[in-house]
Amino acid sequence: MLSLRVNRKTYNLDVEPETPLLWVIRDTIGLTGTKFGCGMALCGACTVHLNGKPVRSCVTRVSQAVGQEITTIEGLSANAQHPAQIAWREGDVPECGYCQSGQIMAAAALLAKNPNPTDVDIQREITNLCRCGTYLRIRQAIHRAAELAAKP
Amino acid sequence: MKAARGMSRRDFVVTTLAVGGGLALGFSFPKNDAERAALAARLSGRPWESLSGKGDVEVGPWLMIAPDDTVTIRVGQSEMGQGVITSCAKMVAEELECDWAKVRAEYVSVNRHFRENKVYKRLVTTSSSSVRLGRPYLQQAGASARERLMAAAAQTWSVPRSELTVRDGLITHKLTGRTLRYGEVAEKAAAIKLPTEPKIKTPDQYTLLKKPTKLLDTPLKVDGSATYGIDVRLPGMVYAAVKASPVFQGKVRSYNADVVKNRPGVHSVVEFSGEEIEAGIAVVADSYWHARTALDAMPIEWDEGTHGSDSSEEFFRSSRATLDEPGAKVVTRKGDPEAVLKNTSQVVEAIYEVPYLDHTVMEPFNCTAQVTSNRVDIWVGSQDPENAAIDASKVTGVPVENVYLHNCFLGGGFGRRGNQDDVRQAVTIAKQLGGRPVKVTWSREETTRHGYYRPMRVSRFRAALGADGMPVAWTTRVVGMDENYPGDEQVLRGLHKLPYFVPHQLFDYHLRKTHVPTGPWTSVGRSQNEFFLETFVDELAHAAGKDPYEYRRALLEANVEFPFAKGWIDVLGAVREKSAWGQKLPVGTGMGIAIGDSRRLSRTEITICAVVATVSVTQKGEVRVERFDVAMDTGPFLVNPLAAERQVEMQVAMGLAAVLRQEITIEKGRVVQANFDTYPLLRPTEIPEIKVHFVRATDDPIAGMGEEAIGWVAPAVCNAIFAATGKRVRSLPLKNHDLSWT
Repeated sequence: MLSLRVNRKTYNLDVEPETPLLWVIRDTIGLTGTKFGCGMALCGACTVHLNGKPVRSCVTRVSQAVGQEITTIEGLSANAQHPAQIAWREGDVPECGYCQSGQIMAAAALLAKNPNPTDVDIQREITNLCRCGTYLRIRQAIHRAAELAAKP
Repeated sequence: MKAARGMSRRDFVVTTLAVGGGLALGFSFPKNDAERAALAARLSGRPWESLSGKGDVEVGPWLMIAPDDTVTIRVGQSEMGQGVITSCAKMVAEELECDWAKVRAEYVSVNRHFRENKVYKRLVTTSSSSVRLGRPYLQQAGASARERLMAAAAQTWSVPRSELTVRDGLITHKLTGRTLRYGEVAEKAAAIKLPTEPKIKTPDQYTLLKKPTKLLDTPLKVDGSATYGIDVRLPGMVYAAVKASPVFQGKVRSYNADVVKNRPGVHSVVEFSGEEIEAGIAVVADSYWHARTALDAMPIEWDEGTHGSDSSEEFFRSSRATLDEPGAKVVTRKGDPEAVLKNTSQVVEAIYEVPYLDHTVMEPFNCTAQVTSNRVDIWVGSQDPENAAIDASKVTGVPVENVYLHNCFLGGGFGRRGNQDDVRQAVTIAKQLGGRPVKVTWSREETTRHGYYRPMRVSRFRAALGADGMPVAWTTRVVGMDENYPGDEQVLRGLHKLPYFVPHQLFDYHLRKTHVPTGPWTSVGRSQNEFFLETFVDELAHAAGKDPYEYRRALLEANVEFPFAKGWIDVLGAVREKSAWGQKLPVGTGMGIAIGDSRRLSRTEITICAVVATVSVTQKGEVRVERFDVAMDTGPFLVNPLAAERQVEMQVAMGLAAVLRQEITIEKGRVVQANFDTYPLLRPTEIPEIKVHFVRATDDPIAGMGEEAIGWVAPAVCNAIFAATGKRVRSLPLKNHDLSWT
């Protein structure tokens, strides 16, 4: 048995410690907002936060996440009101949407450490892939989220 | 065929003990925010489930009206990011004269479609057809419902219909000032049969269509609640990981299930094969990871069949050789181009080649299926749920009326999710599992290596230029390889009627087959030819010493037989102006132009699109696309300009990824590429500035927006590279070329 904190809840799970965190989140716990894209940390569709830092859960062993606060897209905010989520809705960013949970989690982590990122910061930090090519809208939405977060 | 180890009957014990608050398995998401809940409630994260509630009344098969005037509109097309749910709902709502803020959407029932004589017309989403083909009957459904509601009000008040008006679902009797809401008359309207169907609006009468509309699916895609096929979870569900024969058309020779039977969570090993099913092995387990790791650990021997030494290199070699073979099928012949070519001093000749391409949908392939003796349930994101259900019926022998296909959100489609191979395979596996639902998930590698690829193609163009530099004779020969879908048309598209004026012309082609599965890839067969044609015209312009824009324009103006010449010239002019064509650029930077109209043999509608790429190339040969200007004809209207703009952006990104680095190559009969490292997508740093310019250049409704820009990405980029470096690119992708310059 292994104990995991996900979205502020504790789960006691019967999983092998080497299981990728992604599959524990999706199959065992049943939170499917975190996506499987490549299994090699190449695309970022599986991005979640470990203590607020973005990780690619497809290559993160579940044992590495024990004792840390794991946040998935479902737990990013109480009512999908994280500035990034609001900005994403305002800009109608998603197309197929499959990568967008990961994009938003990556963006939220960036905004947490850098409240006002430049285009260069965004290009350096957000390396998640999007087949529909929504990169320009993502960039605009991150700037908008920074603006929303700065509002009192 | 069942493997050595039979299906275990034990149930899985997944201990997920929630501390403090309990654990909701499945699709829980926070929804106590009023604004967000209101938005989200307009479309379910599980779009196949009906939103129908107490009091909802059907007024025809396409919509329901609730007592509070909420209208639920049913959508037969599949959402994969193109905004089709919103667009289809808008086409109904335009006629219904209801309040758009009270419109919800849900998928039609695929099962009902079969039980009620194909009541939903067409459940396929391809080739930009949703608006082009759906508009008449969706408008009609809205108009018909509106007139039934009006008739119900007229009956209630015993007044003639002609005295009534309606706006936002509120019916008014002008003379008395009385009003009735749709919700109040829906029940009565449901029983009314109209003596004649009302006429539908013409585009000049539209009020809702034409306006940009926010997309109904957006809220579901920012909180994880949009359910893609891969996200489906069912009680008692098992998970399968699969490996199909790496060499297409191979067979399973042997495998050793004993090696994995004692691994954690493993249930069974299942072999699958059948008509249009690549033979392979599935490991079934209590989680995908258990299934996947067991599959990876299991030795499988393949019978590679007759294609185990085939290669794309060889396919290209034989294609080039085929260019000189006799017996090509002639599509167009005008005058005597061979004789003119022989007798003209300036002849330009070029051979172009493009590789196989994969669709690379972001959501790996998957399908969940449950098969019992008299019912089949399928959960999948499908572009063609109608044929998917038919195929499931064929594989199982269960009548299609008892097939229930629950269409999910699609994590990308691009033509890939309309081949039904996922469904045939999953149903074949599920029928060996004694009624248990199984989710079959492909790895990324499996998804890349078992595609239905855009066909590779080789072509040769020759043109004789007159003293003025304009072509007097022109021949095109295309060799299409393994063009299995949809037959010859794929090879001809875009080339069958030359838009440019050339007195002597010949266009013919050869078809050859390989064992590699091919299928429609965004723009279906055209994008290869568009690269050939628009690169060649550029080569002619440069050979003639003329500006590539002016050269095209002159060839269009001279082509009096070409009915769309004026529209082309308008769109070409628009992109020239918006891109500031001809501006002075730094050394190593160039602009490339391309134009086309998405012509097809089988239809009259077109969408004219012209693009300019601004590209810089470092002296080392590193390419950067700086800016992309796209001018697109809208015709008299766009159903949703917001969705249209996004679709164009998608096509630029998808087209660029293909131009820069993508190719599927075959060695030893199998696909070489596997994951995003070997088949790279466009990276965030590589997206150019994209400027979409909508132009009204024609009077008829356009063909569509889903695939009408992608074809010109490649030629525009390559023409820009020539302008920047003097290097002419005649084969793709660019990564195979040395583009360095001094």
